[in-house]
Amino acid sequence: LLIVIRRRARGLIDADGMRPENSPDPGRTKRIDGMSLVWVLLVAASVAVAAATGRMDALTAAAVESAGRGVTLAIGLVGVMSLWLGLMRIAEEAGLVALLGRAARPLLALLFREVPPGHPAHGAIVMNVAANVLGLGNAATPFGLKAMAALEELNPHKGTATDAQALFCALNSASVQLVPATVIALRASAGARQPADILGATLLASACATAVALLAAKLLRRLYPAPAPAAPPEAR
Amino acid sequence: MAAALEAISRWAVPLLLAGIPLYALSRKVKVYPAFLEGAKEGFQVAVRIIPALVAVLVALGMLRASGALEALAALVGPAAAHLGVPPSALPMVLVRPLSGGAALGVVGDVLRSDGPDSYAGRLVSVMAGSTETTFYVLAVYMGSVGISRYRQALPAGLLADLAGFAASVVVVRALFG
Repeated sequence: LLIVIRRRARGLIDADGMRPENSPDPGRTKRIDGMSLVWVLLVAASVAVAAATGRMDALTAAAVESAGRGVTLAIGLVGVMSLWLGLMRIAEEAGLVALLGRAARPLLALLFREVPPGHPAHGAIVMNVAANVLGLGNAATPFGLKAMAALEELNPHKGTATDAQALFCALNSASVQLVPATVIALRASAGARQPADILGATLLASACATAVALLAAKLLRRLYPAPAPAAPPEAR
Repeated sequence: MAAALEAISRWAVPLLLAGIPLYALSRKVKVYPAFLEGAKEGFQVAVRIIPALVAVLVALGMLRASGALEALAALVGPAAAHLGVPPSALPMVLVRPLSGGAALGVVGDVLRSDGPDSYAGRLVSVMAGSTETTFYVLAVYMGSVGISRYRQALPAGLLADLAGFAASVVVVRALFG
């Protein structure tokens, strides 16, 4: 199963329509991506069940109504998102990302011990993590790409991730966010009594997820050995 | 522990709202123009997720109206309920690693059907906030340097999502019952 998932992962993009600039156009790859599969499955199963239960009219009505609700929901987010992104711009200009980065540097240096001290990758990793903690997705990605490029310089096997790269990606695929602004915005527009009351719980849960990501990346490396340096099949 | 988490929930936003501008002012940042500049992006961010929200809300709306969600709940509901996951939260587990916009759609859907202050509403909120779009992150970062063999990164990222879900259930149950 894992192999299937892994194969799938290569052609995957986020359904939000954002795509890395230099990745191949997913529309042209022959692989079916996970989100397409899930979406078609949900829609097709609904139609099949509606046919069986005789709720076709209700189904059509729900589809049409839900489409409109998607837009209302997004518009409902504008206020809180503007407030939050405005605040985060202030934080950025005040140098808070760099400040936070300095605080996290020793810990990250410890995690990425295989990267020689003073290597430019360290700086990019630190800034990426700091931007992620502040929830600055737009700022975190460029630092993340820079970190990957810097780590790639230390990669003896092009096309295969190094331990450091795998660890860095695992860290990024666990969310270490101080304030989940979008979720709070959704809760606010849904009329929650205290939209931010899930903040503490979210922080604790994401700390658990991050710890597991780091632990798994460190422990599982032996199950996924890098190609032997002796005779790599793609040696030039 | 619960008291500390509650205090964080209560204080984090106001402290950041006052603390960041104050700190920025002390660093001689033009706070107000900076705020306006950043806030301008709020609309774009919201508009950018409309396609994903529409796609997911339509699918979930159809799932509900057809009775398929009820059938699913009858089928795996007892087992999932045993794990602390209500049926309406099940789609979250499915789409979270695949799409951030879709995950937000599930949150919006559950907040409407179960209410934002319900157990299910809080659970999906915490689940969405404590996990990441693993497949997307890997595709972007690994893809940027031409890596196609992710090695331990994928299982580690998916295990992290799983841990985030499990921790969400435990924490939300403990804090909000």
